[in-house]
Amino acid sequence: MDKWEDNKAWFLVLPVFIIVAFSAIIPLMTVVNYSVQDIFPGKRVFVGAEWFKEVLTSHRLHSALWRQFLFSGMVLLIEIPLGIIIALAMPKRGWGVSASLVTLALPLLIPWNVIGTIWIIFTRPDIGLFGATINSLGITFDHTSAPLDAWVTLMLMEVWHWTPLVALLAYSGLRAIPEAYFQAAKIDGASAWATFRYIQLPKMRGVLTIAILLRFMDSFLIYAEPFVLTGGGPGNSTTFLSIYLVKIAVGSFDLGPAAAFSLIYFVIILLFSWLFYQALQNVGKGENNG
Amino acid sequence: MDLEWMAWTAHTAVFFITIILMLCAMTIWQTVSPTIERRGFLPIVTTRGDRLFIGLLGSAYIHLAWLGLTDLTLWAAFVIAMIWMVVVMRWG
Repeated sequence: MDKWEDNKAWFLVLPVFIIVAFSAIIPLMTVVNYSVQDIFPGKRVFVGAEWFKEVLTSHRLHSALWRQFLFSGMVLLIEIPLGIIIALAMPKRGWGVSASLVTLALPLLIPWNVIGTIWIIFTRPDIGLFGATINSLGITFDHTSAPLDAWVTLMLMEVWHWTPLVALLAYSGLRAIPEAYFQAAKIDGASAWATFRYIQLPKMRGVLTIAILLRFMDSFLIYAEPFVLTGGGPGNSTTFLSIYLVKIAVGSFDLGPAAAFSLIYFVIILLFSWLFYQALQNVGKGENNG
Repeated sequence: MDLEWMAWTAHTAVFFITIILMLCAMTIWQTVSPTIERRGFLPIVTTRGDRLFIGLLGSAYIHLAWLGLTDLTLWAAFVIAMIWMVVVMRWG
């Protein structure tokens, strides 16, 4: 009986499988085919692993990859502690809860390319509120010509955009801690730091793992915001992996190298997604055992 | 059906047929003798399918590392990847 029910379930999955085949598997197969050939209109030549070799030994790929890890690392180093601090400072009851939740959710609701546009205007050195204010203080700031300024602007935008997500996750973790823990801590005369270190932080472990991995993956795939804000410039200073890929594929129409690059990018993402999945599985197990 | 736009080559066809055959073989193997989760030298508990995935992903990285770091023939990377596959499937 069980056997029959299991088999029937497979038919229900079939439509999804067909859709995924058309939208993902067949295009991916095509990308694999493209990655081993030099393609001209009406003619294609098999080149073997040449494009992979070219992309892997390309100095520009190495710098884009290094930039990408630097960006994702900085995102985590800033957003996770900041998100926790915001969550700790948020009110626990009363009208302030809804007010702060809505305020925090606002940046998350704005479309990503609009975020880029907002920050272009906000940081313009001549008319932007931020850019003009900084410049009037005597500090030269122009994200269109100075790489450091472009990075500062990107990080500010990223932190403004995504720290609320970390804060909301951390807040949900904090609210799930039973009041009895805090009462026990109070009776023992625990300091605020000890309460945080031994009660709040361990109890937030699950949500923080999700926050860290989500933020890592998202920042690793980032495209729209830096594309709108800096277009990968000045020079190549904010050219991340996805921007570099689009430059090869659409900019210079080198489909072979772009396909090889896509597959390398895919394998990197696949590795991190798998690590992400494993970490999430183990977080659940850890809590059950503890 | 015209599949010219997919730009098939004999090499990639062999690659995908191998993957599909591998999945079919794993499915049959699973039906004949279902996998038992176990823990080998990998730091996590794995099923047979998990080990196949880890083996394939590892093989991709072995090939990429070989291409990026050496100028030697790719067949050497293939041999290393095969050894890696066997080790992971058997003792992983």
